[in-house]
Amino acid sequence: MDGYLRRKTFDILARWGSLAMVLVALVPLIAVLGYLVMKGAGGLSWAFFTQLPKPVGEVGGGMANALTGSAILVGLACLIGLPVGILGGIYLAEFGDNAFGKVVRFCADVMSGVPSIAVGIFVYGLVVLSMRRFSALAGAIALAILMQPIVMRTTEELLRLVPMTLREAGLALGLPKWRVILGVVLRTGASGIATGIMLAIARVAGETAPLLFTAFGSRFISLKLDQPMGSLPVQIYTYAVSPYEDWHRQAWAAALVLVGLVLALNLLARVLTRQPGQGR
Amino acid sequence: MNLSRNPDATPAEASASRGGGNLGDQLFRILTAVFAGLTVLVLAAMALQMLRTSAASLKAFGWGFLTSRDWDPVLDAYGALPYIFGTLASSLIALAIALPVALGTAIYLAELAPLWVRRPLGILVELLAAIPSVIYGLWGIFVMSPWLRETIQPFFQKTLGWTPFFSGVPRGFGMMAGCLVLAIMILPTIASVSRDVLLAVPNTIREGALALGATRWEMVRKAVLPCAKSGILGAVILGLGRALGETMAVTMVIGNRADISWSMFGPGHSLASVIANEYAEASGDLHLSALTELGLILFGVTLLLNIVARILIWRVSRGPAGARN
Amino acid sequence: MNTLTLPSPTAFRTSVTDESVLDEAGHAESTLQVTAGTKIRAEDVNAWFGKAHVLKDISLDIAERRATALIGPSGCGKSTFIRCLNRLHEVVPGARYKGRILLDGEDIYHRALDPVLLRRRVGMVFQRPNPFPTLSIRDNVLAGWKLAGQRPKDPDGLVERSLRQAALWDEVKDVLNRSGSSLSGGQQQRLCIARALALEPEVLLMDEPCSALDPIATAKVEELIHELKERYTIVIVTHSMQQAARVSDFTAFLYLGELVEFNTTEAIFTRPANQRTEDYITGRFG
Repeated sequence: MDGYLRRKTFDILARWGSLAMVLVALVPLIAVLGYLVMKGAGGLSWAFFTQLPKPVGEVGGGMANALTGSAILVGLACLIGLPVGILGGIYLAEFGDNAFGKVVRFCADVMSGVPSIAVGIFVYGLVVLSMRRFSALAGAIALAILMQPIVMRTTEELLRLVPMTLREAGLALGLPKWRVILGVVLRTGASGIATGIMLAIARVAGETAPLLFTAFGSRFISLKLDQPMGSLPVQIYTYAVSPYEDWHRQAWAAALVLVGLVLALNLLARVLTRQPGQGR
Repeated sequence: MNLSRNPDATPAEASASRGGGNLGDQLFRILTAVFAGLTVLVLAAMALQMLRTSAASLKAFGWGFLTSRDWDPVLDAYGALPYIFGTLASSLIALAIALPVALGTAIYLAELAPLWVRRPLGILVELLAAIPSVIYGLWGIFVMSPWLRETIQPFFQKTLGWTPFFSGVPRGFGMMAGCLVLAIMILPTIASVSRDVLLAVPNTIREGALALGATRWEMVRKAVLPCAKSGILGAVILGLGRALGETMAVTMVIGNRADISWSMFGPGHSLASVIANEYAEASGDLHLSALTELGLILFGVTLLLNIVARILIWRVSRGPAGARN
Repeated sequence: MNTLTLPSPTAFRTSVTDESVLDEAGHAESTLQVTAGTKIRAEDVNAWFGKAHVLKDISLDIAERRATALIGPSGCGKSTFIRCLNRLHEVVPGARYKGRILLDGEDIYHRALDPVLLRRRVGMVFQRPNPFPTLSIRDNVLAGWKLAGQRPKDPDGLVERSLRQAALWDEVKDVLNRSGSSLSGGQQQRLCIARALALEPEVLLMDEPCSALDPIATAKVEELIHELKERYTIVIVTHSMQQAARVSDFTAFLYLGELVEFNTTEAIFTRPANQRTEDYITGRFG
């Protein structure tokens, strides 16, 4: 066959070529994770988790402030963002096949593409200027704004998967619609929504930019929501760009902890989700 | 209680067809609608708030803001040009680097990989997107930049140092580092979306091509890819949008100097990184206003790109031009 | 287990009689005035999708330059069998195959034979018309060549010949540059036939080609098959027995992956030898 060999060669080259591209894509993943483990493992210690940072320039200390700060910020963000997201998702799935629903969906999709630093600017103007100080509340609000569209869309998609017959069964038992939604539909979609929440938490736990001028940062552990609060990503940033070797070491350790958390949540969420249509 | 008579109705359609409903239902519906509406409210409020804060800067500098190279908090003279240049240059170059790798990955995952490997490999690629920006920055400072400074950049200097692109002293930090780290970060976005777009092309196109005696690669290149064209373009635009807004990793390796230069070795700055650096301690209202105006530019452009990308992708997932029957 | 005695190739070369004659095994020996060789011979073909055993020991002869129809209820394996003939079955992940299929005496599953080359000799038309939406009508016809990066001698002539053979030329000759998907369903299917014929194959496989078409378009395609029979060997899967009766010379009845009966179309529909065949064609099931 004329040119058959040429065609066959191209076919083989293309197959190997695209495989090569996949491997190239994975190189940074392996490199980053590898160095994190290498450089970060050594910095992990009891002190790291329990002590506060030492004054600038002194060796030692830990990141207890950042760890608790992140926990509080993310927790508060969940408190604000999850109900808004889940209830919004319920609206879209159960009542939202109208123009309003279309607008909401559009805005949510657009929001997930907006740079997080722009959200920071918004919250700065809204909260920080009004309160006249940086605060944990401002940081949590920024994170909640980032989290909400993800949770809303995931909730909507999952609730749509719950079959109509289940709702009708609930209604046939004489339950009002809102009880059917909360009791039957939500419960059926609960595991899927849970994975959506996991992914949303993983995403905001690593956010740095919007916190730079909302929660700002703090060397102390505090539970006061109207004061600045430290967080893991911000502290990593501050330490990384500083000139102190000891701080660099701690930054790697903190990065290892952060990535460990984020990847664990991600893997868990993805492995739990049976995605249809991803294999042919 | 009216039950929907159409078993295929969506829950929302069924709600609409049902008559009044009791008070509890109505309240619930309003409650959830309010929460859903918050999304719209927040988006609108963001736009308005940024416009308001940057009003002073808009008034003071007008269109000249976009072309001026000044950035002097002491003299209160501000211009966006170096940052626009830095953002555009770093994003476009990053796109050029990431595109072939991302496309190749998407094609492999969607068309060529053996079944058992597709899901785990797909998850690995998506994990790349899950790593926070600040971590890439950290790795960029301590691992990638020294490597650039010691290995890659001297190589380019030796071979292409006569061109303006590789002139100057290799420092590791700078435009090249920024472009590379951006490329790594937008790669998973482009790859996953492209893979989903490819998977949406109906199987009957593939079978048609194979039945005509095409090799696997010919089928992909000449039958599948043309159908997925606009969707892949959408994926690329999404990646570009992500690159434009990327903050932490860029600011940690790009050198943070408002230089406009041809050389990849030199430092640069981007819209997002200057905001990250200066916003918290902005000296004075005009400074803050100018920074917010930079944020507004970023917001507006990414918004626009996002809209275009979603339209393109939505078009492909509805199927290539349908037949009249 | 199916131990059917099939008409051997020589049975294709006998003369017509009006009565059916039963041999010792009770199978009708049908006779037909035809001289036709065997184009494709299937020997003990088995196929699986994962664990599901969808074809069981199918042995069958396809006569050259005749139309052979495969009928049977949904899920009986007729589409799977036809896809084994151009090795499209193995493209599905998890699909397995065992057996021999000989095209002009050569095993098409022989390691050295690339399916890519096989599919130029054995073309296929699918259930739903699938012209390439991004190509014009003209480029769709030439798609088989374009995909391979080859240029045929006299492409315009080839386009016209193929479209004429598919009875589509007069309807589209002035709009060859329009998109392939701008045609009606029936026209698209004839375009797909033209596309397959442009490669000048020896065999044309048709997998329920009319099931997505309206009756008028169906009639046109059936008329086409009568003309195409003179030059190409046709294997057609159909869920319509009337269609099989109208267009084919030989008919095979499959049920649950097994070949129940295979004979001339006339014999199958007037004197079915097997009770299940009779039940199916009289509509008692399926």
